[in-house]
Amino acid sequence: MSVWRAIAAAALFAAAPALLAGEIPPDARRSGYSFMGPDTRAMQDDDTSNPGMLFVLEGEALWAKKTGSAEKACADCHGDARSSMKGVAARYPAFDKALGRPITLDQRINLCRANHQQAAPLPYEGRDLLALSAFVAHQSRGVAITAGDDPQVKPFVEQGRELFMQREGQLNLACTNCHDDNFDKRLAGAPITQGQPTGYPLYRLEWQTLGSLERRLRSCMSGVRAQAYDYGSPELVALELYLMSRARGLSMETPAVRP
Amino acid sequence: MPTTRRQFLSLAGGITTAGVMPVVTLRPIEATPAMLNTAIRNVVGEAPIRTGKVKLDIPPLVENGNTVPMTVSVASPMTATDYVKSIHVFNEKNPQPNIGNFYLTPSSGRAQVATRIRLADTQKVVAIARLSDDTFWQIAADVVVTLAACTEEMN
Amino acid sequence: MPALINVPPKARRGEVIEIRTLTSHIMETGFRHTADGKLVPRDIITSFSCRYNGAEIFRADLFPAIAANPYLSFFTVAKESGKFEFEWIGDNGYSSTASASIIVE
Repeated sequence: MSVWRAIAAAALFAAAPALLAGEIPPDARRSGYSFMGPDTRAMQDDDTSNPGMLFVLEGEALWAKKTGSAEKACADCHGDARSSMKGVAARYPAFDKALGRPITLDQRINLCRANHQQAAPLPYEGRDLLALSAFVAHQSRGVAITAGDDPQVKPFVEQGRELFMQREGQLNLACTNCHDDNFDKRLAGAPITQGQPTGYPLYRLEWQTLGSLERRLRSCMSGVRAQAYDYGSPELVALELYLMSRARGLSMETPAVRP
Repeated sequence: MPTTRRQFLSLAGGITTAGVMPVVTLRPIEATPAMLNTAIRNVVGEAPIRTGKVKLDIPPLVENGNTVPMTVSVASPMTATDYVKSIHVFNEKNPQPNIGNFYLTPSSGRAQVATRIRLADTQKVVAIARLSDDTFWQIAADVVVTLAACTEEMN
Repeated sequence: MPALINVPPKARRGEVIEIRTLTSHIMETGFRHTADGKLVPRDIITSFSCRYNGAEIFRADLFPAIAANPYLSFFTVAKESGKFEFEWIGDNGYSSTASASIIVE
């Protein structure tokens, strides 16, 4: 009897994707939503009172707007984003063959602008890029995250994981110290979450506006008194890729609301 | 790696993208209880303020002082002869004592207004309703506000 | 600037309905400073009004203590089919409008 149990257990573990050391097991993964109070959750739940949706609306307008010397709109190639963009954000950052490395959704938008619209890249964290990426990512709301599955990105996921585990800054803290080892506890009154990026770009009450995952990561790095990596840097892309793969299975929530 | 603070600041300024202004939040000048009283008297004049009728729904401990959901409601039949004319909300410790004034009509149906406010520190929020008979009714609520754990640097 | 309006599309005559509005605005308080010590000037929405078939049914004075991207919810009695018109006015000549229709049976 116990032999069969052992075989069943072994089969179960063999079937599940291998967990890297220290990773939160899939059934214990929780979105930041579950760490918030009811008032903030209510703000996210209703599309007509979620401030992030204002940016999604702006992005929808930009999607249809002709731009660049090619005078093309995103819609001209991609049609209705509701169908063409569904599931896209859930698998980003994704491998770009031409560049030979993973890129973020923001970078993909700018590459499209350069290659197909002959338009100048939108500045990182500028309103237009945030609105467009919010609109695109919103089409994946409810879709389970699968970023990091592509074998081509494995070395970059590993690079991101190393960055996640590495102590940094004057406070000498690594991401894992709080977000793997101490979630559910509090830091100066605020709950420590698992750091699952399910809702980006999101409306952060602290910012009073929409912001990207890169902005959040840079804030965390400044928070431990480390020099933050630049927007679009390979380190931030690798970190974002690792974080998304660590969140595998959780559903996208864009645009989320967070304190 | 920038070695001096000047270099760090100029580097940070260089990284700043269009539309993202480097802003530091200094501790704001605190309003005093006297400013709160003056602001209230500006609305109410010399009339007495009774306690009751008004309900203030605000979280006792907020997740972030930048956006605090707040609902004010007044028990009133809201008829043509007995209704709430206006609701005035004040705070105790922001740089400025006023939060908002809301003007209703007999056809409002329900004397209830909800919005999101900013609270700079743990403090009292006061809501005063003016009824159609020009009587004033008030309620106060204590709200605990904590700062975010990690101060946001210039981005 | 976009606005999100939530008005029930249909209501019964005499029914009390909730109207919810959310609009895009930074609501710069006028109390913040830049990294080099300069005061960031105030830039807020100062007033909001709602008209129901031309008659004003709700008005609000807003101050810097109202959070960015102001959210306002209020009630009115559904009297007749028609249009709600919303207007936000603010510093630096800011003006924005939106509207929503309702069928009252």
